[in-house]
Amino acid sequence: MTVAPASFPHRHLLGIEGLSRPDIEALLDRAEDAVALSRQVEKKRTTLRGRTQINLFFEPSTRTQSSFELAGKRLGADVMNMSVASSSVKKGETLIDTAATLNAMRPDIIVVRHHAAGAVHLLARKVDCSVVNAGDGAHEHPTQALLDALTIRRNKGRIEGLKVAICGDVLHSRVARSNIILLQALGARVRVIGPSTLLPTGIERFGVEVFTDMRKGLEGCDIVMMLRLQRERMNGSFVPSVKEYFRYFGLDAEKLALAGPDALVMHPGPMNRGVEISSEIADGAQSLIREQVEMGVAVRMAVLEALATHLPNA
Amino acid sequence: MVMTGHVLLANASLLDPATSREGPGHVLVRDGRIADIAWGASPAAPEGAEIVDCGGHVLSPGLMDLRAFVGEPGAEHRETLASASAAAAAGGVTTLVCMPDTNPVIDGPAIVDFVLRRARDTACVTVLPAAAITKGLAGQEMTEFGLLQEAGAVAFTDGLKAVRNAQVMRRALTYARDFGALLMQHVEEPDLVGEGVMNEGEMASRLGLVGIPREAETVMLERDIRLVRLTGGRYHAAMISCADSVEIVRRAKHDGLPVTCGASVNNLVLNEGDIGHYRTFCRLSPPLRHETDRLALVEALNEGVIDVIVSDHNPQDVETKRLPFAEAADGALGIETLLGAALRLVHTGDVALPRLLEALTVTPAAILRREAGRLAVGAPADLVLIDPDLPYVLDKRRLKSRSKNSPFDEARLQGAAILTLVGGRIVFRAAQDAEAAA
Repeated sequence: MTVAPASFPHRHLLGIEGLSRPDIEALLDRAEDAVALSRQVEKKRTTLRGRTQINLFFEPSTRTQSSFELAGKRLGADVMNMSVASSSVKKGETLIDTAATLNAMRPDIIVVRHHAAGAVHLLARKVDCSVVNAGDGAHEHPTQALLDALTIRRNKGRIEGLKVAICGDVLHSRVARSNIILLQALGARVRVIGPSTLLPTGIERFGVEVFTDMRKGLEGCDIVMMLRLQRERMNGSFVPSVKEYFRYFGLDAEKLALAGPDALVMHPGPMNRGVEISSEIADGAQSLIREQVEMGVAVRMAVLEALATHLPNA
Repeated sequence: MVMTGHVLLANASLLDPATSREGPGHVLVRDGRIADIAWGASPAAPEGAEIVDCGGHVLSPGLMDLRAFVGEPGAEHRETLASASAAAAAGGVTTLVCMPDTNPVIDGPAIVDFVLRRARDTACVTVLPAAAITKGLAGQEMTEFGLLQEAGAVAFTDGLKAVRNAQVMRRALTYARDFGALLMQHVEEPDLVGEGVMNEGEMASRLGLVGIPREAETVMLERDIRLVRLTGGRYHAAMISCADSVEIVRRAKHDGLPVTCGASVNNLVLNEGDIGHYRTFCRLSPPLRHETDRLALVEALNEGVIDVIVSDHNPQDVETKRLPFAEAADGALGIETLLGAALRLVHTGDVALPRLLEALTVTPAAILRREAGRLAVGAPADLVLIDPDLPYVLDKRRLKSRSKNSPFDEARLQGAAILTLVGGRIVFRAAQDAEAAA
């Protein structure tokens, strides 16, 4: 299946917010191509040949960073990984100075992850190349939302009209924020489920249905999207204990049954088995978790390609 | 639950505080519940029923005390569930809520389970455990409200301590709301209490003692109520002690916030003058305040701003009380004298008996969302027969508690429980008790 790539009217991908439905659908269509390509023996394209891609990760990441690296390489780019441990940021350099330094090396695309919300936007204003947000604080993680949408679309055939539950630590989750915006843009009905201590103030104003009782919230859902609970939030600060969290907000077979037999389970990873999700479910027939990883590479290829159309001499 | 036969409580003056209905009548108890209530004419006693002649005394639902410290586990030399429940039964208290300040602290489902099992095996009244809001009462990390409630915790409190950290309190209220849990706060700002040992004012200054300002209470109360407004969590101020607090709670209720409050019987019938020359049994937290505060509390009780009266039963032994005032521990016995002391308000004409009993029975039950506290067919047969006029001088040696730190020792009291039933079973009978003592 080859779809003529629609032009992508943005120089950066900083978030889902600001993308139109056609923008999103064009990226998903483009990603379908990348899925097909990635399943071939010969996985390479030349779209980014000669281009330089820097993966600048201020937060440790295995999955997202390697996914971006593979995506860039499959498109023919030269990919350089810079992680905070080895960077001059550790030596006190400011984000702006780092941006200026990297900019002087004339990269074409910088992929950035940062622990502070808004840091990627700040950096994007200081460089001449395209910037991709690979996660900024609790703000956005657009490629995760895109890969989730692609995964859902391929399994359910559509997104319009689906009921999607996003469950767990919504408060600290950039994945949740990007997904809420994207899924709603494509016509899904989104619910968020979690203890009130892990729900952001005013979340009901996002147009979602809010549930603090997971059993009620899961009823009739087509997609159950679990979020990771950070270890430091498990022991009394936001929720009392792992045991209590799993009892009321962990996805197990009993709770999943409330959503129905056709419900599909997703998780952005890395999972805490026995905290937010039971192993039985994570590895079960309704789980799309492994497929999400595959779609991650495809979606990132699509994003890099779309941005490349804006590069000089493209 | 022991199934009992029929008991007919005949010739009583019935009083149902839930409806304020009063009048002569009879109550039939069967299988632990109120099987029938005959207002007026006497029904035929069912065959085999034990008939108890109530002698025209007041038959009311048993009292529910939302605040009792019991030494079990960890300080059994002060009080056990058995001794506390015996004291409760003698005082007409059929349900007591025990505080989590034990050793180990009641902060996990296993300890709730332990307390409930011990109570089942050794206590003669219903014991409902309150669990800690924070682990180890340390004020930092929330406990497992969901699992604790499933285990049987009826409310959450850090007992003698307030949750000092506002962020912790905010999150606890937020989290509690999801589980419908009730937080009961000891409203004292510890920094303002400081080294204080009694009410701040002229009396403390004359005695040379460090005072506790009313603001220690009002600052914490105001803060908490703002957090309730923010979070929607259910909040109960365990005990308020001063006029300003009444105003704060009144406003919160007027605004429709899920706020209730209690007052200790001590603060309703005593004032700082009762400290006299350093009586450590009157060293309390919150402290006894000025007479004007006491009068404001009484008015607030009548108005319904104060929802419940508690005993704040806190057994202390000689080692912690026979000390200079400033070095002694806070706390007084109270569960056995709760009714007798509270009846002072009736005898002075300040509070009507139905209102007093409402604050001691149906309202505390409603706050805990329990069905007790009503004189109604089908309700648990937790009942107390009260002789409201019986005069006596309190003798602490006769108290059933393991400790003896009663502020009412040698006080002239009028009115007492003469018969107490829990789940239809007679757990206290004054006549037998007197015989045994003789």
